[in-house]
Amino acid sequence: MSSRNLMRVSHLTKYFGDTPVLNDVSLEVAAGEVKGIIGPSGAGKSTLIRCLNGLEPIDSGRIWLEDTELTAARANLDRLRSRIGFVFQDFNLFTHLSVADNIRLGLRRVRRLGRDEADHIVHRELARVGLESKWQQYPAELSGGQQQRVSIARALAMEPELMLFDEPTSALDPESVGGVLRVMRSLVAEGMTMIIVSHEMAFIEAVANDVLFMAEGRVVEEGSAEQIFQHPQQRRTRQFIDGIAAALIGEASEEGGGA
Amino acid sequence: MIYQTIRENIPYLAEGAAITLALALALLAIGLLVGVTLGLMQRYGGMAVRLLATLIERLLRAIPAVVLLFLFYYGISTFYDISSFAAASLALGLRSAAYQSQIVRGALASVPSGQMAAARAIGLTRLAAIRHVVLPQALRQAIGPWTNEALSELKDTSLAYTIGVVELMRQANYIVSASYGHTLAVYSAAALVYLLLSLAATRALARLDHRLRVPGLVH
Repeated sequence: MSSRNLMRVSHLTKYFGDTPVLNDVSLEVAAGEVKGIIGPSGAGKSTLIRCLNGLEPIDSGRIWLEDTELTAARANLDRLRSRIGFVFQDFNLFTHLSVADNIRLGLRRVRRLGRDEADHIVHRELARVGLESKWQQYPAELSGGQQQRVSIARALAMEPELMLFDEPTSALDPESVGGVLRVMRSLVAEGMTMIIVSHEMAFIEAVANDVLFMAEGRVVEEGSAEQIFQHPQQRRTRQFIDGIAAALIGEASEEGGGA
Repeated sequence: MIYQTIRENIPYLAEGAAITLALALALLAIGLLVGVTLGLMQRYGGMAVRLLATLIERLLRAIPAVVLLFLFYYGISTFYDISSFAAASLALGLRSAAYQSQIVRGALASVPSGQMAAARAIGLTRLAAIRHVVLPQALRQAIGPWTNEALSELKDTSLAYTIGVVELMRQANYIVSASYGHTLAVYSAAALVYLLLSLAATRALARLDHRLRVPGLVH
C-alpha cells in the first residue's frame, strides 16, 4: 500500500439546526486503503460519508480529493463526484431505466463515451458483479441484492478512484447480503480504495485496514481493525463492541433454550 | 324530420369536430410546454424564479376563461391581426399551463429524493439529472392526472365559440338557426360528438400510459 493520501478531511463540522451532527471530524484515506466506519445509530456515519462527495453541505472544515479541494468555493463538484463512486443503502437505481441504461447514463452523459465503448463497459461491469444476464431487466424486476450489485456496477463503470459505501447491506434480507459482500471483497482484493459505513462487524473486521468508531458526531477512536474490535482503548468503544457481542450471545443462548 | 336534419348536417358537425380537436391539441401542446416550464421553475427555481412562476400560475387561474379569450382576441387584435383560432389556442393554452404546472410540480415532488442524489453522485449536473432522471419519471406519474386535464380542456374548447372560432359548438348553433325546431336534437348530436372525442382521448392516453409502463413497477 502506498502512503499517498487520496482523501483528506480536516475539522469537518455540520449542524442540523442547532444540533451538531458532525463535530470536528478529521480523517485521511491512503490510496489502496479500506477504511471502515462503525458506531451506533445516530452517530453521524451516513451524514459523514454523504459529505465526502458533496451530497450534503457542510458548515465548516475542508475536504480534499488528492490535490483538489471539494470544499473550495469554486470546486467543480460534478467532476469530483464522477471520480468518487457512491453506493447507497437503498440502491437508488433509476427506476425508469433498464439495468444497462442505469450504467450507461453516466458513461454517455458524464464521461461522454461513444455508444460502443459505453456498451463494452456496461457488460464488463455487469460481469464483474455477476449479473451480465440481467442487462435488459428493470430495477423493479430484481431482488434487493441484485439491485445493490447493479448500483455497485454503475459506480464502478465511472472508473472511480475511491468508492464510498453507505450501509450497503442494511436494506437487504440476510440471503442477499452475502452476494453484495462478495462483490465488495473482490474490490478489496483488486486494491480499490474504499470507505465503508456498515453494521456488518465481521466483514469490517476482516477487510478494513483502519476502523473509525464514531458516536454522537465525533470520532471516538481510530485504529487497526484488531485494535478496535479486540483491544478498544476508549470506554465508549468497548461498550459498543461488548454490546454487540452480548447481543449475539443473548440470541444464541435463547435459541439454545435458556432464559 | 329530425334524423334527416342530423344526417344532412353530419359534414358540418364533422368539420366542427375537426376544429375542436385541432384547438384541443394546440392548446394542450402550449399548456404542456409552458406548464412543464412553470412546474420546473416552481420545484427547482430560486426564490425569485419560484415567486414569478407562482404569480403567473395564480394569475392565469384567477381569470375566467371567457375573459382570457376576449383579452387575447380583441386585446391583441388592436395591434396585431391574430386569428380567432390562434387567440383561443393561446388563451386556453396558457390557462391550461397553470393547471398543468401543478400536475407537473406534484409529479416532480413525488420522485424520491434518492433518485436525484444517485444522479448527482455519478457526476451528472443538476440540469442533466432533472432531464434524464427526475423528469422522465415525473411525466410518467403525471399521465393519469394529465388525462383529466386534457378531457376538461377538450370540453372547454366550446368556449372559443364566443370569439368566433367555428368549432363544434358554433357549427351546432349554425345548424340550429337553419333548421327550426330541432334544437334539442342538434345539441344532443353535438353532445354525442364531444362524448366520442372524450372516449377516444381517454383510450389514446390509457394506451400511452400502458406503453410507458416500466416493467416490474406497480403503479
